[in-house]
Amino acid sequence: MLQSHVLSSGETVNPLLPAVPDLVWSAVVFVIILVFFWFRVLPNVKALLDARSAAIEGNIEKATAAQQEAEEALAKYTAQLAEARAEAGSIREAARADGSKIIAEEKQTAAAEASRILSTAEAQLQANRQAVLVGLKGEVGELALDLAARVIGEILSKDDKSQAMVDRFLKDLDSSEKAAK
Amino acid sequence: MLAEASSEGGFVGPSINEFFPPALLFADTPFEINRIILIRFLMTALLVLLFWLGTRRMKIVPGRFQSLIEMGLDLVRVNIAEDLLGRKDGRRFLPLLTAIFFGVLAMNLPGVVPGLNVAGSSLIGFPLVLAVVAYVTFIYAGLRKHPGTFLKASLFPPGVPWPIYFIVTPIEFFSIFVLRPITLALRLLMNMVAGHLLLVLCFTATWWFLESAPGFLKLFSVGTFAFGLIFSLFEILVAVLQAYVFTLLTTVYIQLALAEEH
Repeated sequence: MLQSHVLSSGETVNPLLPAVPDLVWSAVVFVIILVFFWFRVLPNVKALLDARSAAIEGNIEKATAAQQEAEEALAKYTAQLAEARAEAGSIREAARADGSKIIAEEKQTAAAEASRILSTAEAQLQANRQAVLVGLKGEVGELALDLAARVIGEILSKDDKSQAMVDRFLKDLDSSEKAAK
Repeated sequence: MLAEASSEGGFVGPSINEFFPPALLFADTPFEINRIILIRFLMTALLVLLFWLGTRRMKIVPGRFQSLIEMGLDLVRVNIAEDLLGRKDGRRFLPLLTAIFFGVLAMNLPGVVPGLNVAGSSLIGFPLVLAVVAYVTFIYAGLRKHPGTFLKASLFPPGVPWPIYFIVTPIEFFSIFVLRPITLALRLLMNMVAGHLLLVLCFTATWWFLESAPGFLKLFSVGTFAFGLIFSLFEILVAVLQAYVFTLLTTVYIQLALAEEH
């Protein structure tokens, strides 16, 4: 400080002329800074930037893969859904066909059964009628003979003659009945 | 210093001898160390420490401190080197440009740090060394890229009728090979010298008004102190700006050397 005042009162220094120590230490300091940045800081930063871009790329790749997977799953699901739908349709179609077939069969069976029942009933009826007729024929003959015997006062034995007469009478009755029909 | 000045009576402003403090070590040898050199050592150590801590274990997802460090490094890498030189050449010259930027910044900043109060770059040595490095670098870049034709293309720009070369060639020579390094060095030096003198003036004047001015004239100290504060803030801006300008111009010179028309 004292020295600077001594200087300021007398001679002045040209600030543009470099002193040797100034140059030496400036160079030393700059070389230290340069070497430090060159071989220490920037390689670290470069490694970091590379790692960062790799990480970003990796993440993008991962995301792309995940998206692709999702798309594949969706396509698969859609295909399965369509398949299931088609299957359901065909099942429904088959069921409908089966149903109509069953109905037709049932109808046929029912009709057959009905006709069978009808014919049985008819036969039964015929048989009943026949039985009734036979029974009636005998009774009516006896009644008629009874009546006739009472009318003519004599007992007509059941001989061939009277039998023939009864038959004739019934035949007439039959024919008259048929004519009435 | 001011105490002495005021004890002698009148106000003594700062002089250029501010920048030539007495030697502390190795006096009168090429390794003489004074206050400013010590400040350079201190700032270099701080710079190395800061970036050593900041880039020691870098994480892919940066924390706050690492983000700041990266922001600073990206300023040089992206906004200066890669913008002007392109990806490939930018990477080639990146170590030098980064060292220039942060070196100049670290040497400029102590000009406003209380207790240090003088910029490491306010002695001609540091700006000169950097200017020489920039000078050698851009000539090297040109010679390497265009061996044989670089000097010719620089001194004899194509597309000019030959008689004009009598005028153009000396001008080109002077501007490229003389003026560029000198302006680089002087721009930085003078900014720092002027900034320091301005701050010293403001604060010594404050002290003088407070100590020796009669009566109400002491109030002037408030004004000079306010100016000192404002100029301190301004000097921070200048410190960053000069580091940026020095690096940018170096890059531009390299770019011009690389892109020389042929």
